[in-house]
Amino acid sequence: MTDNIQNLNNLSYRSAFMLILKRDLTIAFRHKDDVVNPILFFIIVITLFPLGIGPEINTLSRIAPGIIWVAALLSTLLSLDRLFKSDYNDGSLEQMLLSPHPIFILVLAKITSHWLLTGLPLIFIAPLLAVLLHLNENSYGALMLTLLLGTPILSLIGAIGVALTVGIKKGGVLLSLLILPLYIPVLIFATSAIDTAAMNLPFTGQLAIIAALFFTTLTLAPFAVSSALKVSTN
Amino acid sequence: MQFENINAFFAMGGYGFYVWLSYGVTALAIVLLIILSKQKHKNTLLAINQRYTRELKRKEAAKQQQELKQNNLSSSEVVEKTNESTP
Amino acid sequence: MWKWLHPYANPETTYHLTGRIIPWFSALTIALLTIGITWALLFAPADYQQGDSFRIFYIHVPTATLSMGIYVGMAIAALCSLVWQLRLADASAAALAPIGAVFTFVSLVTGAAWGKPMWGTWWIWDARLTSQLILLFLFLGVIALHNAFEDKTSAGKAAGILTLVGVINIPIIKYSVEWWNTLHQGATVSKMGKPSMSIDMLWPFIFCYMGFVFLIVVITCIRFRSEIISRNSMRPWVRELVLNQGVK
Repeated sequence: MTDNIQNLNNLSYRSAFMLILKRDLTIAFRHKDDVVNPILFFIIVITLFPLGIGPEINTLSRIAPGIIWVAALLSTLLSLDRLFKSDYNDGSLEQMLLSPHPIFILVLAKITSHWLLTGLPLIFIAPLLAVLLHLNENSYGALMLTLLLGTPILSLIGAIGVALTVGIKKGGVLLSLLILPLYIPVLIFATSAIDTAAMNLPFTGQLAIIAALFFTTLTLAPFAVSSALKVSTN
Repeated sequence: MQFENINAFFAMGGYGFYVWLSYGVTALAIVLLIILSKQKHKNTLLAINQRYTRELKRKEAAKQQQELKQNNLSSSEVVEKTNESTP
Repeated sequence: MWKWLHPYANPETTYHLTGRIIPWFSALTIALLTIGITWALLFAPADYQQGDSFRIFYIHVPTATLSMGIYVGMAIAALCSLVWQLRLADASAAALAPIGAVFTFVSLVTGAAWGKPMWGTWWIWDARLTSQLILLFLFLGVIALHNAFEDKTSAGKAAGILTLVGVINIPIIKYSVEWWNTLHQGATVSKMGKPSMSIDMLWPFIFCYMGFVFLIVVITCIRFRSEIISRNSMRPWVRELVLNQGVK
């Protein structure tokens, strides 16, 4: 028994990371609706726009990047609640915070699992929906690349908001108020990259900025999340 | 003085509505903020005061209860004693 | 420096000190703002291009620049409270947030009222207006988070973390909005030229600006005092204070 605990305490960072990642993925696959619903929401929001605006091809292809990205923001926001809530409710979050491993690793593992389940599917579904919106043919690559670099940022920044509001009973609406303003730079650069690609111009500048944003949030967000979790669990 | 008469002053060279709108909104917002801040201070004081009086009342009630209990106890003791003495 | 600062970190001393300075600073604020606004409305010359609508400048620019300053001040206070566990810094951050929100709101309204005669519309997606709107959202987020917690200490810590995250994001947001604006230049009507300020415009502006600065100080002191006593409500000195004041 003591040997076991000793082993657990001596886990390397990598195995601790993998352990939490696997655990979160298994839990998520047991509650499949939590994974599927945000994606369905993404699809439905995107189909609503042509119904509201009208089916003209030119208008739709002009606003397609914005619609897809705003829908991605909103569906990420919806799925964020899952990130810490159930662990907070059953007390396992507190146990994890008490473990000898740096919280940084733990938080990063949880955010990675969140991204794998919500960000990654969006990257594959978005091109199909882009067809419905008549996105310019040149833009598909840019769309996939910006989503690939941008959705992790959404998960990382979103995790800060969830960590701050996890202890509050009605945190859902508050979460959107806290997080959406912080998503603005990603939205601006991603849509502009897609627009630039539609004009057949190089969009590496925008991609580089999104990548810079990604690495900045990757290094800074876990610290903010872990201190926020400490405040919330208290 | 830039304006010849009071009407010219209110007209603001044709921009009267915009100028007075912005000055009005600013004044209103800041006055409201000050009033609300003062109100908040008063409310905080009142709330703390209420809490103290409630605490004092509770303590007094507890004291009274204890006294009552003690009285009861002593009286029951008296009763017991009388019971003992009767047979 | 810490030795000198230490007595001021005592809530009781600070409470009484702020109570003593409020009347002086209010008098100063009223004097500065009365002089500044009378000067701005009556005596300052009209702009040769924008006419009398330029008089909005005297309240728009101070509130706009100071609102950003308030956010930075809040972030510094939040950093102090998170790093050095200064309870008072936490209270001052909480006191600053609503003031910042009101100043940002005022600068937006005055900006719109200035824009209508100048640009022909109430609102354009100008870089400065847009980033000011986002700043308002950030302020409202901090206030909402603060109100959502029952316990003042964790409310302060959570709001502090959010403030720090926001202050890292503000330059990024500002830059991205500016960049976005230059990209979509087509819609913008004539850009407002940088008004060349003559000396008789500068003086009323300085008076108004300093008036607003001291206004912030006064309102912060008022709110700061209620934050202090609500955080220290179990201390004997607060008890004494409340009992002495009695029920009004």
